[in-house]
Amino acid sequence: MTLTIPTFSLESIGPWITLSVFAIAILLTDALSPKGNRTAAPVLALVGLAVAGFQTVSLWGKTGMDFARMVYVDNFSFFFYIVFILGTGLTVLLSLQYLKDYGKNLAEYYALLLFATVGMMLMASGSHLIMIFLGIEVMSIAVYVLAGLFREDARSNEAALKYLLLGAFASAFLLFGMAMLYGASGGTLFLNDLPARLAGAETFKPLTLLAVALLIVGFGFKVASVPFHMWTPDVYEGAPTSVTAFMAVGVKAAAFAAFARVFFLAFPVLQPDWQMVLWVLAVATMTLGNIVAIAQTNIKRMLAYSSIAHAGYLLVAIIAANQLGAVSLMYYLLAYTLMNLGAFGVVILVGRKKDSYLSIYDYSGLGFQHPVLAASMALFMFALAGIPPTAGFVGKFYVFSAAVQAGYIWLAIIGVMNSVVSVYYYLRITVLMYMKPAEADLGPVSFAPAVTATLALTALGVLLIGVFPGFIYDLAMNSVKVFPGLL
Amino acid sequence: MVVPVSYYLALSIALFALGVIGVLVRRNVLVIMMCIEMMLNAVNLAFIGFADYFKAVDGQMFVFFVMTVAAAEVAVGLALIVAIFRNRATVYVDELNILKW
Repeated sequence: MTLTIPTFSLESIGPWITLSVFAIAILLTDALSPKGNRTAAPVLALVGLAVAGFQTVSLWGKTGMDFARMVYVDNFSFFFYIVFILGTGLTVLLSLQYLKDYGKNLAEYYALLLFATVGMMLMASGSHLIMIFLGIEVMSIAVYVLAGLFREDARSNEAALKYLLLGAFASAFLLFGMAMLYGASGGTLFLNDLPARLAGAETFKPLTLLAVALLIVGFGFKVASVPFHMWTPDVYEGAPTSVTAFMAVGVKAAAFAAFARVFFLAFPVLQPDWQMVLWVLAVATMTLGNIVAIAQTNIKRMLAYSSIAHAGYLLVAIIAANQLGAVSLMYYLLAYTLMNLGAFGVVILVGRKKDSYLSIYDYSGLGFQHPVLAASMALFMFALAGIPPTAGFVGKFYVFSAAVQAGYIWLAIIGVMNSVVSVYYYLRITVLMYMKPAEADLGPVSFAPAVTATLALTALGVLLIGVFPGFIYDLAMNSVKVFPGLL
Repeated sequence: MVVPVSYYLALSIALFALGVIGVLVRRNVLVIMMCIEMMLNAVNLAFIGFADYFKAVDGQMFVFFVMTVAAAEVAVGLALIVAIFRNRATVYVDELNILKW
């Protein structure tokens, strides 16, 4: 008996290999270097991310599949690789001073960030349900540990345990959905083969619908859509702020990448069915997120509900299921990464001394004491609210035009009304900063160079891709050609 | 004797449902984790049943990955439970309520 090993080129998964190697190198350097010397880890992490970014750029334009059809090599994946690398890189910059203040500037933190990024990349480019499942778990397990990083802190413990229990519970639903899909399709798990198999298997319709419903539960949990959002505010509040920032941008972007790929490629036959379910979920997610955010006084909880609301807008892009919808999803996630990381950067700076200033009232009078910091926070709040000329506005514009183009006029109207509601709580922060006197003297804010650089970069990015969205739009338009079913 | 695939499916759905009920009803974190394991084993059973029926190996491969991932998840979960027990001396989810649940 002869075994033939399928040909493959390592080049097509270059970024994964680079990040994994650097993560292992970080752990080894830490184990072999003298105690207390932890300066190498963040530098290595940034170098690894830069190399992976360079590799991704040089891969741009390739299309096809590799590793016995397990991996998609296409621009859709590469676009998301860049989003993840950007998100992780900015998180590394945000974390440095924050973790030092807590005495937790550990090398394993940076290694776990890189491993989680590899998981995200697997999710964005997996072409087989095993790959997507493995990606989700590689990412999630690393993030569970990160959420519990402050292991002497009861809040961090509790956040991590809640995330783990509910995450594993949701993964089980996702897996059961995959098992049912395996049965309904007659024994295949390749995304490319599924549409033909499902179209030819009318007798298995109930099984297929059950599978789709279970997959929606699993993905809905990861993107924090109502009614699977219960963990979000608790975990976001309890986890270290830098990890919260990472979860809010990276995990969400990866989950949406996999969600979009699976639903656009595998279920075109069942489109009316899942669109109907997601319509209800999207409306509930937007409305609940925005309304409950109004009542929050802790800035991290408020941003958690805001992230739920944004998941609702992004679901609209998936429901539209046209080319503009996919483009808007990609543009919005890039914009969201920039504006949300910026906002969390300000939260880290203002909340200094071990997060002692996390109430929104601590922002009173910030505009007089630290005008530049307040101005950047105002910019991020405007961006999250979707006010021009920021990237948030352009993203929402694309999402709602995609919905209108697909004939979902009411969904677009509800979405716009929700954006108006969200303006209330985003602008409240701005009003507090500029129109209320400080309740107490905030004292000096220590502007760590890395965090300041992050704020400058994200603020610049939010304005730049908001004023000139054309470049990103073209890149995204070029990427969504991989979905032949989309008009 | 050949066991029909519908038997595997029925057993798998029953196990999965028991797991879900267990997660929702029980309050001890360790028991909740065991119920999640039961849900994952229900998934494994369904995969094995279908793989045998369709004579396709993807399902059997999937089972190995599910088991590996479940082991990793439990390792992290137990570590977290130990950390919580040291801080709070409890393993009941009702008592973990600093953050609004």
